[in-house]
Amino acid sequence: MVDTKVNLSGIELDNPIIPASGTFGFGYEFAEIYDINMLGTFSFKGTTKEPRFGNPTPRIAECPSGMINAVGLQNPGVEKVISEELPKLKKCFNKPVMANISGFAVDEYVYCCEKLDKEEQVGWLEVNVSCPNVHGGGMSFGVSPEAAAEVTRAVKAVTTKPVYIKLSPNVTDIVSIAKACEEAGADGISMINTMLGMRIDLNKKKPIIANKMGGYSGSAIMPVALRMVYQVYEAVKIPIIGMGGITTAEDVIEMMLAGATAVQVGAANLIEPFACKNIIEELPRVMEKYKINSLKEIIGGAH
Amino acid sequence: MKQSLFTVLTNENIADKVYKITLSGDISDITATGQFVNIKLDGFFLRRPISVCEASDGLLTLIYKVVGKGTEYMSTLTEGAVLDILTGLGNGYNTDPSGDRPLLVGGGVGVPPMYGLAKLLRGMGKEVSVILGFNTKTDVFYEEEFKALGCKVLVTTADGSYGRKGFVTDAVSDVGEYTYFYTCGPEPMLKALYGATDTSGQFSFEERMGCGFGACMGCSCKTKYGNKRICKDGPVLTKEEIIW
Repeated sequence: MVDTKVNLSGIELDNPIIPASGTFGFGYEFAEIYDINMLGTFSFKGTTKEPRFGNPTPRIAECPSGMINAVGLQNPGVEKVISEELPKLKKCFNKPVMANISGFAVDEYVYCCEKLDKEEQVGWLEVNVSCPNVHGGGMSFGVSPEAAAEVTRAVKAVTTKPVYIKLSPNVTDIVSIAKACEEAGADGISMINTMLGMRIDLNKKKPIIANKMGGYSGSAIMPVALRMVYQVYEAVKIPIIGMGGITTAEDVIEMMLAGATAVQVGAANLIEPFACKNIIEELPRVMEKYKINSLKEIIGGAH
Repeated sequence: MKQSLFTVLTNENIADKVYKITLSGDISDITATGQFVNIKLDGFFLRRPISVCEASDGLLTLIYKVVGKGTEYMSTLTEGAVLDILTGLGNGYNTDPSGDRPLLVGGGVGVPPMYGLAKLLRGMGKEVSVILGFNTKTDVFYEEEFKALGCKVLVTTADGSYGRKGFVTDAVSDVGEYTYFYTCGPEPMLKALYGATDTSGQFSFEERMGCGFGACMGCSCKTKYGNKRICKDGPVLTKEEIIW
């Protein structure tokens, strides 16, 4: 019997599989088709202070082994997330959930985190300083160590639960940003968000995405994510949630060997609604194949 | 929503770049006309959402147009090919408000979902009028199939090469009195019909989708009753809720 349990900042997960924010809504679409309590946890839809419709459509474009999205943080706003979404979630998910938060100013992050930190169902706060799809916010905090550290410090000052900072790969040196977050008190790092990308419609000779650019995700970006997790693992002591193109149980093990304590699965959920269930069911068999008794023991094993 | 494997029985070219594919498999989750399925194709990342033309007796019939590489690949599938398909997606048409003489308007590849709906309404004993709009004669399909259901059928082509010259909206006045309408087609057609009809009705929309089952927010739109996801809360929206 293999052991798939991992510990994420003091909370034990049955397995390290976490559906990534923006690909799993608030859980119910998936709860209709399988018992989502089998997940390690999941990261809910990126939440902002004010309700947002997001970007105009088209928001989606296909790519080789991946897709581009420019949804632009559509969400009902933190008040409604607390008053409507969390009570609904409670009916289908009985584990601590990861609250994903975005903002356009430091005080917006603080506002949302302070509120969500008080919610019993919330186990961790995942602070997104890396959304590529909103102008004048989000990613601008994630492109400099100073700004990422400022958000981290401000959020840590008003919260009690573990804070994970979700980093962008669209930077010159992700290691320095991860280190700055660690020094500012982050409990962990989530990485990577999508890579800024673009497609052009050959018939119309214009970008497919209304917002022109969007975030590239899917199995194509897995090697980039893996490399970045590997680099950051060498530079920080706090845990890393690794993500970017994870599709199979083998990918999970690879990402953990690079240094991830847990992983998130994103785009795979959208094309294969049972992706996380399939990975969780496959994991013990793949662990046996590679002679792994406990996932905890392989974290960073490739170093 | 259900995920299951379907086997291709036939896949034939029925009009210019338009194919009719029939598949056998589990159609139990298809509960309303106007719903769609989302098809995984080898070598393509995203699934292809295609509206259901007909689902009965374990057979799924889809009609699709080759518009890109995915549908081009689909057109090469032959008998025995197996496809991973998500079924039972979207809300579909509500037949409750149809009245006795519903009008169905399909434009191009918006025609197929009208067929399943027409069959259902005819089975309920309704007097069904159908307007089928195409660009040109070589695009025309399914005129006889609608007639065989006992529908009154009007065909329009934009260039006048077949049927009435003009757009579907030009043919609305030829139909006579109708109690309600249902439509699917390109958005400019839907918008024109919105203005050219004097009863209420239901519109089926198209949008680029990520998942097709409500998870990614890739296909959201604004309505008078709040934000909706075309894939999950649609693709059918009522005239009253559309913002035009």
